[in-house]
Amino acid sequence: MLDALFFRNWLTATADAVDREAERLTELDSPIGDADHGSNLRRGFRAVAAVLEKETPDTPGAVLMLAGRQLISTVGGASGPLYGTLLRRTGKELGDAPEVGPARFAAALRTGVDAVAALGGAAPGDKTMLDALAPGIDALDDSLGTFAAAREAALQGALATTPLQARKGRASYLGERSIGHQDPGATSSALLFEALAETADGIGGASREGSRG
Amino acid sequence: MADGPLVGIVLVSHSGAVAEAVAALAVGLAGGGGTAPVAAAGGAADGGLGTSAELISAAAARVDGGAGVAVLTDLGSAVLTVKALIAEGDELPDRTRLVDAPFVEGAVAAVVSASAGADLAAVEAAAADAYTYRKV
Repeated sequence: MLDALFFRNWLTATADAVDREAERLTELDSPIGDADHGSNLRRGFRAVAAVLEKETPDTPGAVLMLAGRQLISTVGGASGPLYGTLLRRTGKELGDAPEVGPARFAAALRTGVDAVAALGGAAPGDKTMLDALAPGIDALDDSLGTFAAAREAALQGALATTPLQARKGRASYLGERSIGHQDPGATSSALLFEALAETADGIGGASREGSRG
Repeated sequence: MADGPLVGIVLVSHSGAVAEAVAALAVGLAGGGGTAPVAAAGGAADGGLGTSAELISAAAARVDGGAGVAVLTDLGSAVLTVKALIAEGDELPDRTRLVDAPFVEGAVAAVVSASAGADLAAVEAAAADAYTYRKV
């Protein structure tokens, strides 16, 4: 079962991963975006980590709702409302259960992913974060909550955005010139699944500080 | 002219300068005496380009007189942030609407109609109608 601590650890691990990868995310966002994805997300997830240190919501749903709220208010770019909606809708779906099983979490996360698609009006194949989120959640469903499978699927989904032409967001204005660049949003979405797998392995938990840079 | 409160208008742009200038333009063109309350919410919290949920919430609170608030946005994160705030439920005044309209032309139409006492639905319709004006 996954409790509030698991979700706090997941989000803290995500904040660490975003911190580690911020420069790469911004590099990916330079040719096809406005070169701020890494710095925006870093600001947002640092705020998430900070608020989770101060406040200690005691259910998974409350942890996700609080984190999502932070992202909406601090990121400053489109990824804020998108990731904020992902976490808040997922958290809302989990309600006030003190613990959730992997299957219930996967179902709630799918609701969150669907809300992101609705908010941005995007579908898989548009070269957006959905290209990592959708395969990630599909794999999580298929594997009955094996987070390693979801991590791999999300990563492959992000890598597969390179040959696509962007149909949403600022990159879509570039038309064919958006082809040949990996999508920064899909790349950061893969980090969410990576942090989830780390946390489930226990690497993202108590021993995280010792073993991760 | 209306006796009660007027619909408030919030203009959200990625740029503080654009939001302020469009607000000034719309108020100037609405002209002649008092206008409906208009607030600009442009740029990120640090003054750079981007969108600030806090600036948007504060601007909406400032122009809310009880008749509703019409929010016009430019692109990308401005649109998504307003939608996300509305979905939150308690971040913006009751009867706050994201209006689907061109930013400059819609702002002028919204401020003129709100200043004339139009209700929220009529302000929304006037702003959206700006899409139908073709330039060529």
